[in-house]
Amino acid sequence: MAEVVFAYKNITKRFFGVHALKDVSFELERGRILGLVGENGAGKSTLMNILGGVLQPDEGQMILRGAPFAPKNPLEASSAGIEFIHQELNLFTNLSVSENISISRFPCLGSSPLINKKKMRESCKKLLKSLNLDISPNILVENLSPGERQLVEIAKALSTNADILLFDEPTTSLTAKETEHLFSIMRSLRDEGKSIIYISHILGDVKSLVDDIVVLRDGQVICGGPIEDFPIHRMINLMVGREISNVFPERHSHAKDRVILEAKHVSETGIVRDVNITVREGEIVGMFGLMGSGRTEFARMLFGVDPYKEGSITVCTEPLPKRNPQQSIKRGLAFITENRREEGLLMDYPILENIGLVSLPDFSSRMTRMVDSKRLFKQANEIATSLRLKCNDLKNQKVKSLSGGNQQKVVIGKWLLKHPSMLIMDEPTRGIDVGAKYEVYLIMEQLAKEGTGILFISSEVEELMAMCDRIVVWSQGEVMHEFEKSDFSQERIMRIAFRQSLEYSEEEKAVVNGQD
Amino acid sequence: MKQTLVRKEPEKGSSAVQEAGMPQGRLLLSPQVNVAKRILMSEYFVLYLTILYILILTPIIPRLWHPMNIRNILSNMWPLLVVAIGQTFVLILAGIDLSQTSVMAMSSVVGAVVMTSSADPILFTKSPLWGVFLTEQGGLLGGSPWALPVGILAMLAVGLIIGFLNGFSVAYFRMPPFIVTLVSMMLFSAMAIFLTKSENIRYLPEAYLRISKSWFSVISGAMIIAIILAIVAHILLTRTLFGKRLYAVGINTTASQISGVPARRTIITAYMVSGLCASIAAVLYSSRLEMGRPTLGSTLFIDIVGANIIGGISLAGGKGKITWTIFGVFFFIILANSLNMLNLSFYIIDMVKGSVILIAALLDVARNRIRKAQM
Repeated sequence: MAEVVFAYKNITKRFFGVHALKDVSFELERGRILGLVGENGAGKSTLMNILGGVLQPDEGQMILRGAPFAPKNPLEASSAGIEFIHQELNLFTNLSVSENISISRFPCLGSSPLINKKKMRESCKKLLKSLNLDISPNILVENLSPGERQLVEIAKALSTNADILLFDEPTTSLTAKETEHLFSIMRSLRDEGKSIIYISHILGDVKSLVDDIVVLRDGQVICGGPIEDFPIHRMINLMVGREISNVFPERHSHAKDRVILEAKHVSETGIVRDVNITVREGEIVGMFGLMGSGRTEFARMLFGVDPYKEGSITVCTEPLPKRNPQQSIKRGLAFITENRREEGLLMDYPILENIGLVSLPDFSSRMTRMVDSKRLFKQANEIATSLRLKCNDLKNQKVKSLSGGNQQKVVIGKWLLKHPSMLIMDEPTRGIDVGAKYEVYLIMEQLAKEGTGILFISSEVEELMAMCDRIVVWSQGEVMHEFEKSDFSQERIMRIAFRQSLEYSEEEKAVVNGQD
Repeated sequence: MKQTLVRKEPEKGSSAVQEAGMPQGRLLLSPQVNVAKRILMSEYFVLYLTILYILILTPIIPRLWHPMNIRNILSNMWPLLVVAIGQTFVLILAGIDLSQTSVMAMSSVVGAVVMTSSADPILFTKSPLWGVFLTEQGGLLGGSPWALPVGILAMLAVGLIIGFLNGFSVAYFRMPPFIVTLVSMMLFSAMAIFLTKSENIRYLPEAYLRISKSWFSVISGAMIIAIILAIVAHILLTRTLFGKRLYAVGINTTASQISGVPARRTIITAYMVSGLCASIAAVLYSSRLEMGRPTLGSTLFIDIVGANIIGGISLAGGKGKITWTIFGVFFFIILANSLNMLNLSFYIIDMVKGSVILIAALLDVARNRIRKAQM
């Protein structure tokens, strides 16, 4: 029986009343690699942030080497021997490798405040050697490749003699060769007796690397055990396998024939490749894909926020100018970004200013450019009422003070005031509660009924399946497959998104049959 | 392929942490503290402060109320108000316009070169303008009835052009406003001195000088111009498309652009307004000094930005009103005037001015904190 280094015991965490984690318990053993898989928003990052001292759990506790453990900040976690290797690298690109590695504890010359550069360089050299990384300690991090930076980050974690290492999607910026190198290092670290938690969306990697696995769904541990018991298709099943209950409204409207939006052969080096998508009047088209699959980037190109190199986009058969949101809006496009705090709203300004922002020109006179505040207020008020926006005072209440769901309604409202013919929604239900989600779905259905074309990006397959007429699945910058409503299947959609073939292999079939 | 597809996901937890860290319970405060708080948070706080300051000073410096002094205060106030209003537009954008003083110098020189009716050859023969733009018979239109309107239009054009250059560099090259306007400040204030060899250009038309002369003790052309400008600026900021967009770009440029706000055009316009206001101020100052002066406004920058900060306009952008600028300018002018009347040396005056700006900035921080706590 292996020794348990660390355990989560009944961890619960809520954000604004919404459960991010519900009663999560599992254990990490010494000298093992534990894989943590789940959909976007399943709670993986929250779990890691709790262990890393970034967040504190609402309920439950953690046990580290047999004693209760409650880090209040990342520093406490780090001094307890836990190191976090983030998705985004936390290196100072303007400093050298050795400076980065010893940033939190520079060796000093005696008791003086001067840095002992020689000692710093030598200990760095030793670390780099142990990772088979052939670079000079004096080189600036900005001159390193992403793979080398990842390894420097690991060296930094190892320099503190940590024995629990957390890896959150470390391979997203690595080439296949660099990934293989990273994995061999992780395996040798494991063999030295370190414990590793590995989070990834790339299930093939998880399968080949980890010893144990824990599957999270909706903030709960669904299943766990040795990796041998978890073929990839089973992981996918477990990750998505929830029943669709009545959290979605019925869809009655149907797509019409007229094409509103047509993208042909849209490409941008390294981001999207040869994308063709059409949206018809009154149609809701879903876009599914994992983080970084290109769907958000494509939406930004459509709306004119980001550039693209090749291809053409037409709205109602008229070509759409590139990189010009103003023209896009003029032609009837609307864009609800995934990032409503930074890109959707003026958080410090009142609701009215936010709802009015897009349509201001429609409310200003041609000659004097004076804004007709009365008419604007009246129409904004109508929109707010129809969206059932819960607020006290349109004119004076700041958007910041609203709940997430109501903030999202303000974003929707500002576009509806412009009466768009084509609405692009990027994760419109992220971070809002179930009731508000339902209302967003109702608004979508109503708009579709009125003939608005909707492009609906989401990481939740269920809501796409419930709301969309068609679902386009993305992976690594390409449209992999289009599902018609009659072909919708969570598992098939997930398989495409994870780049598995639609058909089971013989080996998998055997396992599936065996289970039945 | 894969490595280029990385997209950053915002850290979900971070904002929640910050909010959790904010004070939850509201303290029960005594009524006095509440009243003090309400005064501190009031829109008119600076005005109250100024009135209080005047009341305290009245017994100490009775000459404060002497008609001569009041006229002096006002004649100092109008041009500063005009230029400070221009700065307010740029500050709302989270920008800054250091070049306003050089706009004033250039405008003053250009206007005088157009309007002057005589130039002294002893002073100006070394000037690059001599012989073409400036002769013994005066400037381009010296003595002509067109001198006044063309001269003033030329002055305003200088402000608009320099403002456009600043705004264009900020909007299209995405250069930091500080650098852009620092460079244009150096460039154009040096150019003004170079063109005139640092000599003042006198003999301006009578009609021009009348602008800043007071007619009935306090009423002057400068006052009327400043008041009209303040009203126009106020309407521009609160009632027009441009004003609404200016605030939106100032608080969040990205969100504004996605909402179809022409951010670049808005930025350029704001810097042009700033330049225009500086050149209007140059019209007023030059008329008061009765000369085109290549060093006009060179010491004024602290007063312009100081008045704005005292008024409560945030350097972080997105916040500001013309009334605040008016209060700030009023306070600043009273402060300088009273310190002068106490016969303090100008170093001391500058030290006090600096301290007051510091206190104003601290107050702004305090007010923001209270506002946050109240939410």
